[in-house]
Amino acid sequence: MSEKVKYFPGKEIRPEALDDGELLVTHYNADLKYSWASGVAVGRFLSELKNGRLIARKCNKCERILIPPRIFCENCFRNTDEWVYVKDTGTINTYSVAHVGTDAHRLSEPLFVAVVNIDGASELMGFLHLLGEIEEKEIKIGMKVQAVWKPENDRVGSILDIKYFKPIKN
Amino acid sequence: MPGRDVAIVGIGASKFDSTTIAQSYKELTFDAARKAYADSGIDVRDDVGSFICCAEDFWEGNSISDEYAPDQLGAKLRPLFTVSGDGLLGLAHAYMHIMAGVSDIVVVEAHSKLSDVESKDLVEELGYDPTFARIPGVDSKYLAGLEMRRYLEESGSSIEDCAAVVVKNSANALKNPLASYGGELSLEDVLESEEIASPLKKLDVSRPSDGSVVMVLASATRAKRLADTPIWISGISWFSDTPNVEEMDLGQAVYALNSSKKAFQMARITKPTEQFDFAEVDDTYSFKELEHIEAIGLAKRAGKFVSSGKADLDGVLPVNPSGGSIGMGYFVEASGLVRAYESVLQLRGDAGPSQLAKASKCVVQSWRGIPTQSGVTAVLQK
Amino acid sequence: MAEKRKVCVIGAGLTLFRRRLLETGKELSFEAARMALDSAGISRKEVDSVVLGSAPDAFDGVHMKGEYLSDGAGAYRRQYSRVFVGGATGVFTPVSAWWHVASGLSDVCLAVAEEKMSPLQPHPQYAFWSIFDHDYERPLGTTLLWIFALEMRRYMHAHGIKEEEIAQVAVKNKKNALDHPCAQLAANITVEDVMKSEPMVWPVKRLDVSPPSDGAAAVILCSEEFAKKMTKDPVYVAGCGWNIDSMYWTDRDLYYPQYLENAGNMAYKMAGIKNPRTEIDFAEVYDPFDYKELHHMEGLQLAKKGEAPKMTTAGITQRSGELPINPSGGLLGVGNPIAAAGMMKVCELYFQLTNQAGRRQVKKEVHTGLAQAWGDLMQYSSVFIMKRR
Repeated sequence: MSEKVKYFPGKEIRPEALDDGELLVTHYNADLKYSWASGVAVGRFLSELKNGRLIARKCNKCERILIPPRIFCENCFRNTDEWVYVKDTGTINTYSVAHVGTDAHRLSEPLFVAVVNIDGASELMGFLHLLGEIEEKEIKIGMKVQAVWKPENDRVGSILDIKYFKPIKN
Repeated sequence: MPGRDVAIVGIGASKFDSTTIAQSYKELTFDAARKAYADSGIDVRDDVGSFICCAEDFWEGNSISDEYAPDQLGAKLRPLFTVSGDGLLGLAHAYMHIMAGVSDIVVVEAHSKLSDVESKDLVEELGYDPTFARIPGVDSKYLAGLEMRRYLEESGSSIEDCAAVVVKNSANALKNPLASYGGELSLEDVLESEEIASPLKKLDVSRPSDGSVVMVLASATRAKRLADTPIWISGISWFSDTPNVEEMDLGQAVYALNSSKKAFQMARITKPTEQFDFAEVDDTYSFKELEHIEAIGLAKRAGKFVSSGKADLDGVLPVNPSGGSIGMGYFVEASGLVRAYESVLQLRGDAGPSQLAKASKCVVQSWRGIPTQSGVTAVLQK
Repeated sequence: MAEKRKVCVIGAGLTLFRRRLLETGKELSFEAARMALDSAGISRKEVDSVVLGSAPDAFDGVHMKGEYLSDGAGAYRRQYSRVFVGGATGVFTPVSAWWHVASGLSDVCLAVAEEKMSPLQPHPQYAFWSIFDHDYERPLGTTLLWIFALEMRRYMHAHGIKEEEIAQVAVKNKKNALDHPCAQLAANITVEDVMKSEPMVWPVKRLDVSPPSDGAAAVILCSEEFAKKMTKDPVYVAGCGWNIDSMYWTDRDLYYPQYLENAGNMAYKMAGIKNPRTEIDFAEVYDPFDYKELHHMEGLQLAKKGEAPKMTTAGITQRSGELPINPSGGLLGVGNPIAAAGMMKVCELYFQLTNQAGRRQVKKEVHTGLAQAWGDLMQYSSVFIMKRR
C-alpha cells in the first residue's frame, strides 16, 4: 500500500507559527483541583514522615515487608497484617541524572534521582527520591545511603519531608 | 445456548456514600473486589484470565488511570485493560472476552470517588468541544437544559412528569439501605428548587456519590458450577450517536433506541412493554428517565406512565426500584454498573425492603452523561 | 485460550507523523480511517464496530476525548469504544478489535489510533507529570524521562551493557525510517552522534529518545468469511496478549519486563508458537528509547537475557538480517504520537506480510510478524501476532 499511495495526509506547522500570527490560537487554562483521600495506608505513611520515620506493612502470608505500605498485599490478595517501622537508610537500586524538568525545560542544576531500597523492608522494596551531598561520579548502584530530613517544624506529612538521601561514608 | 452463554456469578460493592474520606478509591475497590470474589467462590489469583476497568482520567485526577488499577483487584501480572466508558460497557467487553475465548472468568470494575474531585463542573466543561461548545460563564449543564426543553416539546411530557421521577426515585431510595439520597419529596419541592439551566432545576439533577462495584462474569459451563443463581446476560449492545452538540437529536436518546434494539434481538425480546419485570435505566437527570423509557420501548408516553404510578414499586413495570441515580447518587462511569448491581440483587431475591414479588427478567440501560450520545443496554435474567 | 472465530486484517492506513500537525484530532482520525478503508476496498457502511485508542486526555485538554474523536474515527451511529492502556494502546487497539470479531458480535471492526500531543503547552512532556503517584512521586517533580533513565541504568548494570551498544539501535532505526513515507525523524546518524547528543536524563541523551508527535493510523479487522470475499490470500490475526504489573514500579528489578514475558506467552499460546526466536520472522517492538528495543526483544524471548545488544552488533536485527527488528524505523525513526505509534507498527506488519512495504520490505520471505507496545509505569505490554498462511 505504501508503494501505491502517493499522498500521506498531514500538514506540518512550523514551530514559530503559533507565536508569529500565522495561525489563530485559542488558549484554555484547565486548572483542575483534586483532594485525594489518602486512605489508611498512605495516610499513615505520610503522618509518620511528619514524625521523621518510615513505616511499612507486613503481609503474614508471604512474609514480605512492604514499602510504600499498603492495606492489601497484591501478591496474596488479602489484607496486610501489621505496621512495621523500617530504617531510614537504604541502598541505591538504580539512579539517573536529570537535566530536564517536568515540562522539558532544562534545569539550571542537574538533579540526581534514584530508587532507594529501604533497609528493614523486603528485597527490592523501595521508593523514588533525590540524592544529595554527592558528586555525580561517586554514585553507584549498590551504594548505601541515609535520609536527610527537614527540621521537625518544617515537616508537613509529605514525601518532601525527606530532603534527599546522602551517601553513608564509612 | 443463545441468551445463556455468559452469566454474572459474583457481585461486590463498597459502601456508597456522598463522601468516603477515610478510604482511598483503591481501598474502596479492594473492599468491593473481595466481596465479589467471595460471592462467586473464586480464587482471583488462579481463576481469572481477564480484568476490565472502566475509568476516565479527569475524574481520577491521574493520567493513564489503569496504572493504578491492578493491585486492589488481584490483577498484578494478569491481563487487564481500561475502557473509557461506563460500567455496562465494561460488561459488554467482558461478554466479548468470554465469547471469544479469552477467559472463562472475567472481572469488571468501576468506581466513583467524586468526593476527591473539587473541580467537578470544570471537568464536565472540559468534555465539550473546545472550539464550538464551551461557553465561558455558562453552567456546564447547559446542554442538559437544552435537551430537557426539546424532550418536553417533542414528547408531550410535562415538567410535572419529570418531577414525578424525582419523587418516585427518592421514595424508592428510602427503602434501599445502599442509597444515600432517599427522601419524601413532593412535586412542589422539585419544581420550586433552584434553576440551574432552564427548565432543569437543582432537584432534577442526581447528586455525587462515592463507591466501587466489582462483578465476576463466567462462561456457561463455569457459571453453573459457581453460582446457585447465575444471572444471565442474554443480550447486550452499545451505540454512539454524534458527539457534536449542534447535530444531536436532542430529546431522542438515539443511543438507547439503537442499543436496545440489538440487545433485545439477542435476548429474543419482542414486547418490551410486557416481557420485563422491572427496569433500571439512567436517570442522571430526571427527564432522562422518561426519555430512556420511551427510547427502549417500555412505554409510549413515559410522562403519563410515571405520573400515573405505573413505574412505582407496586406498579405494572417498576422503573428504578433501587432509586436510580437520583435516589442513590451519581457514580460517573460506575452508575451503569450500580444499576446492574441493583438488578442482580433484585433477580436473586436479595433486594431486601425493595424486593419485588416478580423479578426474573429486567432491562438495564446506561448513558455516559453530557455531552455524549453514547450508551449501553443489557437484558439480565435468571 | 481456545480461539472461537478466525479474524483477518484487510487494510491499513496512516498519516504523516510530525511534531505539530495542523489537522485536529478528529481530522487525523478521519484521514487514517479513510486510508484504511480505501486500502481494504470497503466503505464505512460495512463497518459495524469501531475501536479507538488514544493516550491521555491531558494532551488535548478534552475530557472523555474518546467521545469527542468518535466521529472522526468513523464511529457515527456505530458500536464504539475507546480503550486506553497508556503507551501500549496502539497495539492494544487492534487486539480489542480482534475480540469484537472473534466473539461473533461484530463482522468488520475498524481500529483507529490517534494522538495529538501538540496542543499541550508549553510542552507535551508536562502531561507525563500527572501519570505519577500524587502522594509519592509528583511532589518530586518527576517526569517520564526519569523513569526510563532509571530503567536504562538498571538494564545496563545488570548485563554490563555500554551506551555505545545501545546507540546502535537509534542508528539502525533512524536509517530504516529513511524509507518510511511518514517518518518524522529519519536520518543517517552514527553512534558517535548519539553519544555526543545533549544529555537529557543520563544515561538518556537526546538521540536515544523519540520526541512527541501528532499522527494517526488505522487497520481494519474482519471475519475470515468477509476477508475471503476481498482477497484470496488474507492475513490472519494469529495471537493476542496483554499483561499489567503492579503499580509499585519501585518495588521491582527493572532490568527485565516480566509483564512482557507474560503478554508474549499469552499471544504465543494462542498462536501455537513454541519457539518465538525461530517462529517469528520479524518484529516491530516498541522503541520510544533505543535501549527499549533491546529490553523488549529479551522480554519477548526473541533474545536471551542480556543478548539483545550482541544480536544488534552482529547485524541480525537489520532488514537484511535473520530477525529484522523494526524494519519500519520504529518510534525512533518514524515518530512517537503515543497511540498512533503502536498502530503504525501493526500497519507495518500488514505491509510487510502483504509485500507492500516497498523499499522497507525485509529481505527474507515473511509469514509471521509480531508487534508489541509498552505502557504505564514500567507495567504494561500488549502483543499482536499476524500470520500469512
